[in-house]
Amino acid sequence: MSTAFGPQLAACPGCVAAPNGAVEQAPTEARLALSLPSIHCQACISTVERGLNAVPGVRSARVNLTLKRALIEADPEVRALDLVPVLEQLGFEAHELDLSALGATETDRAGRELLMRLAVAFFASMNVMLLSVSVWSGASDATRDMFHWISAAITFPAILFAGQPFFRNAWQALRVGRLNMDVPIVLAIVLALVTSLWETSLSGEHAYFDAALTLTFFLLAGRYLDHRTRAVARSAAEELAALEVPRALRLDEAGQPAEVAVADLAIDDRILVRPGGRMPVDGVVLDGQSELDRSLLTGETLPVFAEVGSLVSAGEVNLTGPLIVRATAVGAESSLHQLADLVAIAESGRSRYTSLADRAAKLYAPGVHILSALAFLGWYLFTFDMRVALNIAAAVLIITCPCALGLAVPAVTTAASGRLFKKGMLIKHATALERLAEVDIVVFDKTGTLTNGNPQCDDFDQLSLPDQRLAYALAQGSDHPLSVAICRAAEQAGIEPALLTRQEEIPGFGTEGQHGGQRVRLGRAAWVGAAPGQKTAAYLDRGDGAPQALTFSDSLRPGAAAAVEALQAAGKDVWLISGDTEGAVSEVAGRLGIQNWMASALPQDKCDQVSALSSAGHRVLMVGDGLNDTAALATAHVSISPASALDAARVASDIVLLGQDLAPIAEACNVAQKATRRIRENFRIATLYNVIAVPLAVAGLATPLVAALAMSTSSITVSLNALRLR
Amino acid sequence: MSVLTYLIPISLFLGGVGLVGFLYTVRSNQYDDPEGDARRILSDEWDDHPKP
Repeated sequence: MSTAFGPQLAACPGCVAAPNGAVEQAPTEARLALSLPSIHCQACISTVERGLNAVPGVRSARVNLTLKRALIEADPEVRALDLVPVLEQLGFEAHELDLSALGATETDRAGRELLMRLAVAFFASMNVMLLSVSVWSGASDATRDMFHWISAAITFPAILFAGQPFFRNAWQALRVGRLNMDVPIVLAIVLALVTSLWETSLSGEHAYFDAALTLTFFLLAGRYLDHRTRAVARSAAEELAALEVPRALRLDEAGQPAEVAVADLAIDDRILVRPGGRMPVDGVVLDGQSELDRSLLTGETLPVFAEVGSLVSAGEVNLTGPLIVRATAVGAESSLHQLADLVAIAESGRSRYTSLADRAAKLYAPGVHILSALAFLGWYLFTFDMRVALNIAAAVLIITCPCALGLAVPAVTTAASGRLFKKGMLIKHATALERLAEVDIVVFDKTGTLTNGNPQCDDFDQLSLPDQRLAYALAQGSDHPLSVAICRAAEQAGIEPALLTRQEEIPGFGTEGQHGGQRVRLGRAAWVGAAPGQKTAAYLDRGDGAPQALTFSDSLRPGAAAAVEALQAAGKDVWLISGDTEGAVSEVAGRLGIQNWMASALPQDKCDQVSALSSAGHRVLMVGDGLNDTAALATAHVSISPASALDAARVASDIVLLGQDLAPIAEACNVAQKATRRIRENFRIATLYNVIAVPLAVAGLATPLVAALAMSTSSITVSLNALRLR
Repeated sequence: MSVLTYLIPISLFLGGVGLVGFLYTVRSNQYDDPEGDARRILSDEWDDHPKP
């Protein structure tokens, strides 16, 4: 697609922090971003930076190896498209990124804030712990009081700063009358601080300043882990979206094409779609003949013929000839977006899934409060001493406080997502791993998921050598996928093309030329005068009136066979549901050993089939890439789409497969099951520790030393258990 | 015991220096590209600080 990249004149967030006045220069420079998937070492960084800096107009270029991305500051007239070939010459694959879609990942403000709070909580808890250790090891009287007062002086400002995320969340929950995990946390922290201050002012023996701080520290660590996992997934997902820079060629009144953003198109605009381009809108063909690849929308592999008056839908790929299209539906009304409603309905159903952590919190929060209130009441009635009763109530809240619960899930999901990310899988949804662990049926789409959507010529070898050479020569004249497949087969066989004269491509039909005084053709059945067969085929007319058929089948994606085999070995049912014709689907199903398959499925059929399986009590994993899969992806218990999928499909799915290989899917199910097992184990550890510690606290035996020991051990056990996943 | 009047402020001060140092590294974008920074050390081209 030929695109122009408008200079991004955004002030860079880094400049704000920089001391020099770089911000003032912003309007005169362009900021560009390139994705560099293949860089991996120091030499790559130097080569890329040196190469980019040598381009005239580039002011500075810096590679970020973690994000595999280059950020370039340049004169406004430099365009990303000019830089891509430079890098390709240096041997690096480069793709233009839409900076405005990346915006949010530029500075990770929330993450940075959490990190600062974590640092403050760590600093304060270490210092207070030093003082507390002196108290526990025997400091008494005035010394102890002084240590307590110093602890208080450190603790109050530190908690005020570091505890803000919890205070905010708890307040938000309380305002709407709900209880969440943060409410007991805040209550425990506040109660611990108040009773400790009270005790200190009465020069009492026990103060919980260290407990309040370590609690904050451990919980912030959990939050930070959680945030990091999501941030990595989000930035990768945004990068996927930024890779598509949507542009269209609009014809003005004089018939001159001008490049505009797809968002600016209106109904009745005339749009030029070049061969290889994607339809930006729904519309009617005004001029031109071509073939359309509908595989992403319907799952058919065979291109569809389009001529004046044909209806086209957004997302279809124009294959052979230029088309002028009058837009009938744009943006949100186009068929690309119409399935959004279906998706929205299905999504609302899915959000009813509550994660293990939420279910635990729902039981936990009221339980702890009731227990602590009962302890307070019991001790008050027993001793009629407010101070003792309040101290014990605070001890119960602190010792039951969900350090381990707060770490149990984030630590495990971080370890699991990290492991899957290395294998090329991106976990988008917070509960995706838990849902993936429950799957017992896997439904695959065919075109673009199990297969590449690239046809392979099956019987090229059966042609006679002159015919092969002729077919090769004719195929070279076209970019049609079938022609490309013939060229590939011919190159593998090491054949020279025949000599042709007056070769031309007839858009929508095929190519023809003159060979040895005869007209030869390669193209559709009707055009060369052959009877169309069942399979995907092109026909070669050697000028003798007896066209020769060349049949094609779709090549399997790498890892497809391994993935299906591994899933079946793990005891899961594998289904294949496709919009393609019966012949093509049964052939692929046969090759992969899939017993359950369904052909010619409309988007609604796929969705219905998935809901039927779900209501029969199965947990369905849907793997698909096209618009026709979108509703099914959203309906399924959990869904995976490859990175090559349409944006709508990627949005609807929980997990995105970054590479070409399908094999990680089986691995992901395995990791998810292990992760869920670890989470449950962690909850069991936390419960066990509560079973031991709570009676101690209620009995009034929990000194600050016991609380600190119990709290740290449980948190560390839980984190170590999570690390076993790596 | 009077030694405490020196030691406690000193320990707090030293801890505070560490904290301030860490906050400075966070604020000056030193955690933006940990992988790249680890490898840039091998480069002959001096690259003292990230470009703004």
